Amino acid sequence: MAYSDKVLDHYTNPRNVGSLDKSSQTVGTGLVGAPECGDVMKLQIKVNPQTNVIEEAKFKTFGCGSAIASSSLATEWVKGKTVDEALQIKNTDIVKELSLPPVKIHCSVLAEDAIRAAISDWKKKNNGEAQ
Amino acid sequence: MANDTVPSGIKLPIYMDNHATTRMDPRVLEAMLPYFTESFGNAASRNHEYGWVAEQGVEQSRERIAKLIGASSKEIIFTSGATESDNLAIKGIAEMYREKGNHIITQVTEHKAVLDTCKRLEKHGFRVTYLPVQKDGRIDLDDLKRAMDEKTILVTIMAANNEIGSLQPIREIGALCHEKGVFFHTDAVQAIGKVPFNVIADNVDLASITGHKLYGPKGCGALYVRRKNPRVQLVAQIDGGGHERGMRSGTLNVPGIVGLGKACELAMNEMEQEAKYLSGLRNSLRDHIFAELDEVYINGSTEHRLPGNMNISFAYVEGESLLMGINDIAVSSGSACTSATLEPSYVLKALGAGDDLAHSSIRFGLGRFNTQAEVDYVARRVIDTVKRLRELSPLYEMVKEGIDITKVQWAAEGGH
Repeated sequence: MAYSDKVLDHYTNPRNVGSLDKSSQTVGTGLVGAPECGDVMKLQIKVNPQTNVIEEAKFKTFGCGSAIASSSLATEWVKGKTVDEALQIKNTDIVKELSLPPVKIHCSVLAEDAIRAAISDWKKKNNGEAQ
Repeated sequence: MANDTVPSGIKLPIYMDNHATTRMDPRVLEAMLPYFTESFGNAASRNHEYGWVAEQGVEQSRERIAKLIGASSKEIIFTSGATESDNLAIKGIAEMYREKGNHIITQVTEHKAVLDTCKRLEKHGFRVTYLPVQKDGRIDLDDLKRAMDEKTILVTIMAANNEIGSLQPIREIGALCHEKGVFFHTDAVQAIGKVPFNVIADNVDLASITGHKLYGPKGCGALYVRRKNPRVQLVAQIDGGGHERGMRSGTLNVPGIVGLGKACELAMNEMEQEAKYLSGLRNSLRDHIFAELDEVYINGSTEHRLPGNMNISFAYVEGESLLMGINDIAVSSGSACTSATLEPSYVLKALGAGDDLAHSSIRFGLGRFNTQAEVDYVARRVIDTVKRLRELSPLYEMVKEGIDITKVQWAAEGGH
């Protein structure tokens, strides 16, 4: 399969790889996918409690190059956005940015799910008050 | 990427996918060339020199193939390759012996050329048993014994698997078949020329062969069809001029046939030494990898295995991303992350290894032209890439934290 230059770039130099302290009150963790499906993404956000701005984002992904690139891009995009703004990110934006072929669209869906799961985890921790 | 450290004498990309196809041996090409130009005759032309020369080339090739597998030259039928040979053997037997019975036995890790042919026959009133395989990729002979009944006419089990290199106990399978009066066909494309294979000793009645898996040409194969004890008859699947004793019509591919014969002659002379060489390279690759990486698993049998085959699962690393990282090496992955269904290799699934390990597998197929320097380079690249991807892997991180990931409730929210 031929990969787009942007996928190759994220695969070769993934942004924001790593982990945040998942027990912290200000951190939301999303873990989506399943090993038997060949894709697991963990995406974490650290949110400023005053401003609701995502100050830090980290990811780790088990999956194909497109899955790695989608989650790497997702961390780049959520950083600096408020939680509500981050929820506006759509998988189709990721498809467009990375020029993903139709067979790899599920990778972008998973990345969107990972953002939502991380935010939802953070909201749960903060009793939904920060909505 | 990372090609700045390529040792001298190595040409990239390195080809290590010799179960898919092999580079043609220059000696094979040399033998074939005259049959494209000056000796271009039709082997069926009986009235002139051109035809006779072509026919001589064909008959010499028939003898070379027969010699390699312990057959007589009259038992070799030329085809376009193993897919056609498998179709001819299975459909040809089914049609010929339909009155006698309608039951066929095969197994789950066969090549699609066998599985899909069997499925086609099921639509035409045949009953097919698909035997399971054990963890080492081999069938259990007791399962075979139990599956046979008075309606069984054919058992078709491959000699060596193309993904995991497992060698089936064909000699025992053949003996069982002969005891019960059932024909035994084996797709032997991966085994012939790689490991000892003898149709008499191994009790084989039909065997599929192809040129391009043993350093010969593509588009040319053969089917061994036993002439006595028992005599096997087939209904032809391609009608026409009655070539190949009526079993396969069509003008013979003379250059291809000559190439296949030459490839068999070379295999006959060099197989023993080559098998030692290849298992040495294979073991060296394995030892390098095992010395530096934890959580790696060999798929298939360690004992009953093709010398050039190694299929490894690198746990917590997805196969396609690994291939992307070693893009200067031509190998294949059991992972097929190309559709919404994300189905990994059916062969690895059949071993019961779990889909996650199937997604993490790489098949290395070593061949005649690989070198120790290439093996060293490949091992280094694989180790570095796996390490890098494990840094990226949430699964590896969880395992290192002591979490049992088989007990995690995975929320597969990706719509599959």
